[in-house]
Amino acid sequence: MPRAPLEEHHSFPDEIRAYIEQAAETGLYDIRGLGAKRRLPTFDDLVILTASLSRYPLEGYRERCTTETVLGTRAKNPVRLATPITIAGMSFGALSARGKEAIGRAATAVGTSTTTGDGGMTSEERESSKCLVYQCLPSRYGFNPEHLRLADAIEMVVGQGAKPGGGGMLLGQKVSARVAAMRTLPEGIDQRSACRHPDWTGPDDLAIKIAELRELTDGRIPIYVKVGASRVLSDVKLAVKAGADVVVVDGMQGGTAATQQVFIEHAGIPTLPALRQAVEALEEMKVVGDVQLVISGGIRTGADVAKALAMGADAVSLGQSVLMALGCNRSSPADGHAVPTDVTPDYEKLGTVPGRCHHCESGRCPVGVTTQDPELELRLDPVEGARRLRNYLTVMTMELATLARACGKSNVHHLEREDLAALTITAAAMAKVPLAGTSWVPGQ
Amino acid sequence: MDGVASASPREVVDLAAAGVRSLNALLHERAGPFPSVEVLHPMGQHNVAVGAVRAFRVEIRGHVGYYAAAMNQEASIHIHGNAGKGLAENIMSGEVQVFGNASDAVAASGHGGLVVVHGDAASRCGISMKGVDIVVGGSIGHLGAFMAQAGTMVVAGDAGSALGDSLYEAVIYVGGRIESLGEDAREEPMTAVDRERVAGLLARARLSPPLPNVERFKRIASARSLYHWHAGQNRIHG
Repeated sequence: MPRAPLEEHHSFPDEIRAYIEQAAETGLYDIRGLGAKRRLPTFDDLVILTASLSRYPLEGYRERCTTETVLGTRAKNPVRLATPITIAGMSFGALSARGKEAIGRAATAVGTSTTTGDGGMTSEERESSKCLVYQCLPSRYGFNPEHLRLADAIEMVVGQGAKPGGGGMLLGQKVSARVAAMRTLPEGIDQRSACRHPDWTGPDDLAIKIAELRELTDGRIPIYVKVGASRVLSDVKLAVKAGADVVVVDGMQGGTAATQQVFIEHAGIPTLPALRQAVEALEEMKVVGDVQLVISGGIRTGADVAKALAMGADAVSLGQSVLMALGCNRSSPADGHAVPTDVTPDYEKLGTVPGRCHHCESGRCPVGVTTQDPELELRLDPVEGARRLRNYLTVMTMELATLARACGKSNVHHLEREDLAALTITAAAMAKVPLAGTSWVPGQ
Repeated sequence: MDGVASASPREVVDLAAAGVRSLNALLHERAGPFPSVEVLHPMGQHNVAVGAVRAFRVEIRGHVGYYAAAMNQEASIHIHGNAGKGLAENIMSGEVQVFGNASDAVAASGHGGLVVVHGDAASRCGISMKGVDIVVGGSIGHLGAFMAQAGTMVVAGDAGSALGDSLYEAVIYVGGRIESLGEDAREEPMTAVDRERVAGLLARARLSPPLPNVERFKRIASARSLYHWHAGQNRIHG
């Protein structure tokens, strides 16, 4: 009699048993970097309905299609960008100074904005970034009114997609002397960033806080409010009511430098439904065109950007994909050497391989992007990193414009929901876009 | 500018007529004389005297709302009334005195300077402080100096529950009763250096006499047991 096949236990697959083993053996939970790794509904589940007989396309390589983007249109000095693809807040501390410099150089070259992150503004970042958004975070590490006045916009961070409601951390191995001094903390300690702001609680307070920041900057620059995607419909409305000029919504695929795995994989909602809910909130508030919407969390390609804009975003913001353009998860760093340097052994020391690493928390980044180690940091050449990132951002912008032209749009911001179809019922329901080949939107 | 007398070096700003924008714009001027500014009729408005950039002397006659004297640099600001939430939040330097009581989050995240509350202060006084010195003539509410990183807080009266929770390197001195200490906060012996520090801050604060007896103060500081989570052992997923 043949033996019955050995059955896999679907409730206890390998990764769950590994989790139980770690918890049982060490009493510790896992802390890691980057964003959610599990399969989620994404922009890949949408397609773009380009032109045919019923729509008239523009010539892909010749006819003009503007990508200019203006954020914070109500402010005296709005943020004017050449592309709707912006760089998300990533701290000096999480990233090396050379990484921040590379990002600033690339963003300036393509005409977009960068964002500071926890820990304050470095001189390298300000000098290399033509347009810099200064974050106001719960920790207020390095928060300085003189830096506020140097900023091109302020982002009040309420939450982050990787860990909405969860605060942040920077483990001791990355708290170098310079990072510690900027944050007024002892060198080498595991540093905690609070989950709540110290001086305001709730949306009514936030309105006064935003008014304070306007007072400090004499009302010159826009104020963004960033929320992690959880109760998006309510949160976006409350941000608008509090006076936000721009609302940034970060979906659960958004990255982090170090957070508990349980947050990264289980808190918040994916970017796709978050964007749809944010757009609905702005529509219900009748502020479309007055308040701009930036979406982030797992945006990787020009197609992602086109779909996000078609759904109603004014711009997108990138984090993890920027790090990857700088060399994250490559076997050889962007060190500018003609002959690639194989750093695979350094991945192995972290218990991983190129392409699977998420150990930003360790401070031992093999490609020198998310480290404060003086030797590892040298593995990222800011000029080479900037070249690669500039190329990447340029490609995405060109792809975006190409798709917009194919939809007959002379402005990427003219992409609309009608230009989209969904490949799965789930995506159709989440994005409120018809299932491809039908006019059916689940729930409508 | 309505309500703003143009004579220098003494300015009078009537907030009932001019509004906080006029006052704050004046305090943001980087050139010119250092006027004394008298502020009338604040009537609990928010964001009064936010972001002063130089050594102005500001006398505010009445109560103020949220974020009064916030992010102050070098100015000396006296509030003759009560203050709302976030008094002198993120102060960088200078001095802020409240001749009354203050609400939540006094000197939250303050990086430098001196903040004095002659009456009582509510919860989270000194939260996240990063180098500011705080003196409270009366008592403070719960969660005082929560996650306080640097600087000194002197409370002449009592302190509410969870004082100094998650303290870093800031030090707290309390002259009265402490309801309870927060996580990782502990009482440590007072030394001659501590007594000198308290006496010095009480003198700088110019509290009304009689000054509290320095001998009765307790020193609260971090036990530093939360500084490391041993999270480096936390990696098992490749």
